[in-house]
Amino acid sequence: MTAMEITSMTPEQRAAFDRRRRQKNWAILAVLVALVVLFFFISTARVLRG
Amino acid sequence: MSDTTAAAAAQPDISEVADWIALLKPRVISLVVLTGICGLLVAPGHLHPTLAVAAVLCIALGAGAAGAINMWYDRDIDAVMRRTQRRPIPAGRITPGGALSYGVGLAVASVAIMGLATNWVAAGVLALSIAFYVVVYTIWLKRRTPQNIVIGGAAGAFPPVIGWAAVTGNVTLEPVLLFAIIFFWTPPHFWALSLYAHADYAKAGVPMLPVTHGARETRKQVLIYTILLAPLALLPWAFGFSGLAYAGVAAVLGAGFLYHALRVWRDRQDETGRSLTNDAPARQAFRYSLGYLALLFLALVADKLLLG
Repeated sequence: MTAMEITSMTPEQRAAFDRRRRQKNWAILAVLVALVVLFFFISTARVLRG
Repeated sequence: MSDTTAAAAAQPDISEVADWIALLKPRVISLVVLTGICGLLVAPGHLHPTLAVAAVLCIALGAGAAGAINMWYDRDIDAVMRRTQRRPIPAGRITPGGALSYGVGLAVASVAIMGLATNWVAAGVLALSIAFYVVVYTIWLKRRTPQNIVIGGAAGAFPPVIGWAAVTGNVTLEPVLLFAIIFFWTPPHFWALSLYAHADYAKAGVPMLPVTHGARETRKQVLIYTILLAPLALLPWAFGFSGLAYAGVAAVLGAGFLYHALRVWRDRQDETGRSLTNDAPARQAFRYSLGYLALLFLALVADKLLLG
């Protein structure tokens, strides 16, 4: 979405757009953290297994 | 381009997190995960709990990835069918390119993590199952032959094999039997559904059996496959892979499935084969088939873990 399209939004559209973007940013953060945790535990388990 | 698709093109970023989750077909994943976990649990040997969780996660992600790529490819027919036209792509909330990238990315990630966490045999079978669902079922068979469900059903039969391979690092007769059970369960399960949803498939030009051969032939095929499935489900016991408790549950569940399949076959119908009962027996058979598979696999696990 271009800057032009964002600035031409009504306040309601802008609020909804910001809400969706925040929601997706949090979801991406959660997935990245989960991946880090998953890789940490996979590595630990494999090292312990030898 | 439809109105909704045009709207999406003008406003490309209207997706919610829920839309990206919906792309993964969570309801399909639940049964895939259940059978995958059963494969893990009944396999001989031990897998570290963390690695087992990672394996289950990869099975779920792989199935979800295949679902997302399927929705990308089928977006044209999804837009026509009432049951699917509110999915994220035909509704214009997610762009086709976005869905494809998401699906391919998840597929690659799920196979790579499976290989790193468990072994590359399990990762290879997972990759094969994704490729089978996308290429053989979705792209090749679904729009060409009424046998789409029979052959394509193999894609959904892989999870217990993947679970087994994650623990043992190989594929032997036992997981192949579990594969066969799901393989023979799929046609009566989907054809029961298609008996009362075939108008949608006809509108989209998908050659499901009721569309190409009529409802009467479909009812007969539901019965034939159920007759094959009921004794097949006893094979794990016959080969000494499970005990009498499992055999008893499988026999009772199989008898129940046969009862429902017989009711589908004998459903009151007009001279064209159209149901006069709003396909009530087919609806019941479809619901029963879901419980059948879940209970059968749970019985197998219970028999193995509790009774040895």
